Amino acid sequence: MATATAQTTHAPAQHELEHRMLRQMLLIRRFEEKAAEAYALGKIGGFCHLYIGQEAVAVGSLAALREDDYVISSYREHGQALARGLPANVVMAELFGKATGCSKGKGGSMHLFDAGRRFMGGHGIVGGHVPLAAGLGFAIRYRGGDQVCLCYFGEAAVNIGAFHETLNMASVYKLPVIFLCENNRYGMGTAFERVAAVTDVVEHACSYDMAAELVNGMDVLAVNEATRRAAERARKGGRPTLLEVRTYRFMGHSMSDPLHGVYRTKEEVEEQRKRDPISQLAGKLKEEGVLDEAGLNALDAEARAAAEDAVRFADQSPDPDPTELTTHVLAD
Amino acid sequence: MATLTYRDALNQALREEMQRDPDVFLMGEEVGVYQGAYKVSRGLLEEFGPMRIVDTPIAELGFAGIGVGAAMAGLRPVIEFMTWNFAVLALDQIVNSAAKILYESGGQIPIPIVFRGPNGAALQLAAQHSQAWDAWVSHIPGLKVVAPATPADAKGLLKAAIRDNNPVIVLEGEMLYNVKGEVPEGEHIVPIGQADVKRPGRDVTFICHSKTVAVALKAAEQMAEHEGVSAEVLDLRSLRPLDEEAILGSVARTNRAVVIEEGWPHAGIGAQVVDVIQREAFDQLDAPVLRVTQADVPMPYNKQLERLAKPSPERVVAAARRVLYLD
Repeated sequence: MATATAQTTHAPAQHELEHRMLRQMLLIRRFEEKAAEAYALGKIGGFCHLYIGQEAVAVGSLAALREDDYVISSYREHGQALARGLPANVVMAELFGKATGCSKGKGGSMHLFDAGRRFMGGHGIVGGHVPLAAGLGFAIRYRGGDQVCLCYFGEAAVNIGAFHETLNMASVYKLPVIFLCENNRYGMGTAFERVAAVTDVVEHACSYDMAAELVNGMDVLAVNEATRRAAERARKGGRPTLLEVRTYRFMGHSMSDPLHGVYRTKEEVEEQRKRDPISQLAGKLKEEGVLDEAGLNALDAEARAAAEDAVRFADQSPDPDPTELTTHVLAD
Repeated sequence: MATLTYRDALNQALREEMQRDPDVFLMGEEVGVYQGAYKVSRGLLEEFGPMRIVDTPIAELGFAGIGVGAAMAGLRPVIEFMTWNFAVLALDQIVNSAAKILYESGGQIPIPIVFRGPNGAALQLAAQHSQAWDAWVSHIPGLKVVAPATPADAKGLLKAAIRDNNPVIVLEGEMLYNVKGEVPEGEHIVPIGQADVKRPGRDVTFICHSKTVAVALKAAEQMAEHEGVSAEVLDLRSLRPLDEEAILGSVARTNRAVVIEEGWPHAGIGAQVVDVIQREAFDQLDAPVLRVTQADVPMPYNKQLERLAKPSPERVVAAARRVLYLD
C-alpha cells in the first residue's frame, strides 16, 4: 500500500527529526534550570520568564520552518531562541547582560535578537509584537517571497486590542503569518477563564475569516505537524493561520513567583507534570525501539554539559564597555 | 522655482522618493482610493498601485505596528496618521517598538520608518482633535522629530526623513496644507537637526516651529513697524535633535528670547529650549526668557475661547515687550 511504503521510506527521517527535537527540548530544559540557578545567585537580573513545561511548542513549531523564515516572540522566548539555533552560550550571556550576549547585553532575558537567524526578538509588552509579525509578513508579500513569519504569544495577549487589529489586517492583506498562541492557562496569576469571555482562543479566528487549529502543546509531533500545515497555507496561498497550542508552564510566571499558590494548586501542577513533553517523546522513541535508557542518558548529559558550558561562558564574558551606553540609540 | 502648496510639496516628496526607492511605501487611513484625508497622497495610488499605497482599517496601533515590522525586514514605510490625535492609539508601537528595537537588539535591527500627519489645532475642532504632541514625541530617545513650517521645508524634511535609517516623526499641520511657497525642484533635502533663520534681527529672538513660525513672523513685522524693534525669527524645524548651536548663536546676537509653541506649557518644547539657553548662554542674557504657548487647558470649541487659548502675534508682542523692558 502506498501509505505503508511512505512510512517505511520516511521512518528514518522521521526518527532523525524526533531525535533532534528530543535533544533540543532537553537543551531548553537544562538551560532553563541553569538560568533559574543563576537567577537565584543574582547573576541574572530583572525579569526572567522560564519555558520549562512548554518546550514542545517552540521545538515542534520551529522544526517546521525554513532558515529564511521570520520568527518573533514575546518575553518568554529563551526556548524559541535556542530552538531557532542561537548558541546557548550567547543566549545565557545575554541573560547575564554580558557584551558577548546575542543583544550585546542591552536587551536581557526579554529581548533576545539574532537578525542573521531572522529571530526578530523577544518583546516585552504583552501583545505588542503581534502587529510586528504582520509587518514582517507584509514585507514578505511586498517582495513576493514564499517565506512565513511565525509569531508566538501567550493566551493573555488575546485580550489586547493589538491582537484583534492584527488578525483582521493579516486576513484582509493575506499575509503569510502563523499566529501561534501558547495557551498556558494563566496570564501571570490570572486564570484565562476569569478574564476571557471566549476561552477557546481558536474561536477568534472565525471573526477574521482565518484558518485555525487547536493543538496539544505537550505533543511535540502534533505541534510540528500543525505548524507544517500552517506554513504550507502561508507559502502557497499567502494565508495566515491561528494556532492555539495548549501547554502548561511548570514554573511560576517569572522567577519572582512561586510555582503554585493562590492561583493554582500544587496538585494541578503535579498532574500536569505527568504530561511532560520530554518524557512523552522519550517514551515514544523507547517504545519504538530507537532509543534506550543509555541513549537518553547520553542526550541528557550532553544537554546538561551545554547548559553548564553556557553558564561558564557567560560568567567569564566581560560586561559591555561603558561607552556602549550611548551606542545604538540611532542608526547611522 | 515652482510655487507649491505645503500639501503638494509633501506629495512631491512622497512621489519622488517612491520613484527613487522601490522599498518606500505609504500606509494609512484613506491614503489610496480616497486620495488622502487632506489630499497629501493625491494621485499616488494610480501611479504606484495598491501594494505601495495601502489603505488601512481604522486601527492606528495595528497599522503602525505593521509599518515597524516591515521596517524590521528592511522596507521603508511611511505611515500616515489622519491626525496625530489618533496616533496616540499607536504610541506603544512608536515608543516601545520603533524607538527601542535598534538599542535592545544591540544595534542589529534599524527601523527606517516615517510617521507623519497633521498635528496641533485647526479651527473649532474641540479638545480631542486639537492637540500638539511635539513634546511627547520629542521626549523619546531613538526617535527624530521634525516640524516643517514652509512648503520648501516640508518637501526637504520629508525627503530627509524617508532616507533616514531611523524612525522619524513628521509633524505637519491642517492649517499649513494650503500655505504656498517656493519649492526647489528635484533633489531638495533639508538635513534633520538644522534650524533656519526665517527673518534676521538684532534685538530679540523668537524661537518657534511649525505653525508658530507664521505667528512669530507677524509679531516681528508688528514690532518693526510700531516699536522700531528688530526681531529675529528662528525656525527650529527639527525638535529632536535640537539645533542648539543655532539657538545659542542667535541669542548671542540678540541677548533676549521668546519661545513660541502650539503645545501646552508644562514640560513643553519651550522648557527644553529655555534649559539650553540658561545652561549655555546665561551670561549673554539681558532678560529672563519668556514662553508663549497654548493655554494650559483642553482646547475649547467656542471660537473666541479658542482664539484666547492659541499663541497669537499679540501675545508674542506682549512677551517681547517684557523681555525688552518696554512696558
